[in-house]
Amino acid sequence: MEALLDILQGLHPEVDFSTCDTLIDGKILDSFDIVTIVAEVNAEYDVAIPAEEMIPENFNSASALWALIEKLMDE
Amino acid sequence: MQKTNVLEYLEDTAARLPEKTAFADDDTVFSFKTLMDQSKAVGSFLYEQGITKSPVVVFMEKNPKTVAAFFGSIYAGNSYVPIDAEMPEHRIKLIFEALNSHALICDEHTKALAEQYEFGGNIYLYDDIASHAINESGLASVRARHIDTDPVYIIFTSGSTGVPKGVIAGHRSLIDYIESLSDAIGFNEDSVFGNQAPLYFDASMKELYQTIKHGATTYMIPKSLFMFPIKLIEYLNEHRINTICWVVSALSIVAVFNTFEKVKPEYVHTVTFVGEVFPVKQLNIWRKALPDVKYVNLYGPTEITGVCCYFVVDREYGVDEVIPVGKALKNTEILLLNDDNKLAAPGEIGEICVRGTCLALGYYGNAEKTAAAFVQNPLNDKYPELIYRTGDMGKYDENGNLVFMSRKDFQIKHMGHRIELGEIEAVVHGRDGIERACCLFDDVKKKIILYYVGDASEAEMVVYIKEKLPRYMVPNFVQKLDHMPLTPNGKINRVALKEKYNSK
Repeated sequence: MEALLDILQGLHPEVDFSTCDTLIDGKILDSFDIVTIVAEVNAEYDVAIPAEEMIPENFNSASALWALIEKLMDE
Repeated sequence: MQKTNVLEYLEDTAARLPEKTAFADDDTVFSFKTLMDQSKAVGSFLYEQGITKSPVVVFMEKNPKTVAAFFGSIYAGNSYVPIDAEMPEHRIKLIFEALNSHALICDEHTKALAEQYEFGGNIYLYDDIASHAINESGLASVRARHIDTDPVYIIFTSGSTGVPKGVIAGHRSLIDYIESLSDAIGFNEDSVFGNQAPLYFDASMKELYQTIKHGATTYMIPKSLFMFPIKLIEYLNEHRINTICWVVSALSIVAVFNTFEKVKPEYVHTVTFVGEVFPVKQLNIWRKALPDVKYVNLYGPTEITGVCCYFVVDREYGVDEVIPVGKALKNTEILLLNDDNKLAAPGEIGEICVRGTCLALGYYGNAEKTAAAFVQNPLNDKYPELIYRTGDMGKYDENGNLVFMSRKDFQIKHMGHRIELGEIEAVVHGRDGIERACCLFDDVKKKIILYYVGDASEAEMVVYIKEKLPRYMVPNFVQKLDHMPLTPNGKINRVALKEKYNSK
């Protein structure tokens, strides 16, 4: 998960990703960020996030995104 | 009789199709008649306030009402200046200073901001003035004095010194653009547009003016949908959207998630893209999923009013090929000029220069920048004739299509926007404790890179930049250095920085 936090921190150094759970609802992440995150997650963990997982719930917090990545790595 | 005012499109269409939907978002639906009536009401109000022949700031969230505020400003003989609530305070204040405007139209979301940013003139709430009694004789007197070289809008673009430049478009240039683009691509009354571009960005002129010309319909797509591609496609299908004119990054987000394996646009027949080069890999994903769609690459800086070149994608392109920007629109000529100010030979790279009615009137209140970019045609020494020097370098391919190669200077295209790296550097230098700063652009990964030396953490720097610059100008990679690498003559060594970045 550390690498994921690095990716997120690189985009928004001012956000505490260990606690924030309103990344989408609070309009912290925008579509530019989402594209970057998906590309970097793909490079780091070798998982492709499929379109049906592109829903707000999976991006609202670092832990939700991490849970998604773990699920995809298991498949 | 040839049109001399863009409002004639609205008036013709409102007479022909009064009840048809012109613009809609999730909350508001405007028919052509409603749009015209509210535009006239706003125009009548401004006219009676004595606000005419001056720029009117429209500071509203994207909404059909915003369009009526634009046209209302024109009804009173003004140009409109679209400002977005998402622009940072610093930039908005610079624009207010540059304009010194007397009137601003806001909505309930932006009213407090407009007051806080110390707009010097009068601030009007749209809902208060949109039901003002229409003063037909007053509006007619304004129209009687109108000529087609009067300004219609002012759009601000990035300026290398840190101050945005206001590009002034005239009615005649805009009408020329509306007509020539319509001929080239073939919009019509059945076109249903899905608008993505912000209204302060001239890419949105396509939907706005083709809609009123043809009596088409535009849906303003909620911005949040561009994060969630399946929902985005479902929205297109729900509203039977058949024409999309998006920036490349918006089209790419649909492509990269293999969205088409789950859901496909059912009605889309025309896709145009603008703002930057569309990576062939992603275009091919679109083409494979939707082979019968017409894909059109559009090119043109704000200074030539919209678009000056277009290219209909005619075959499969390989990932190592570049999609041309193609040929000039009707009534526009491209001059490819080499370093000697002569026409470039076949295959030779030259600066893309533009000749025609499409040329903007100049930069607002900035004679110096205007004179540097809008210059006498060097091929003509017999009478005054201006061309616009884009600063873009290009060449012709073997089929005679223009291909964009690179920039002459430090301007980049990022997320569909034109950005001067110097403007970002100017903002960084403006922070206390910063000694040196240098911005680079990673052309492959499409990232803005900032290196700086000074007394601020990387997190503090990002927070500071976000307060000053629009989101698309905030660097994607920020690193603090102990020393800035310099060239022997003391300039920042950009090559060394690029190597440092590439080896990280």
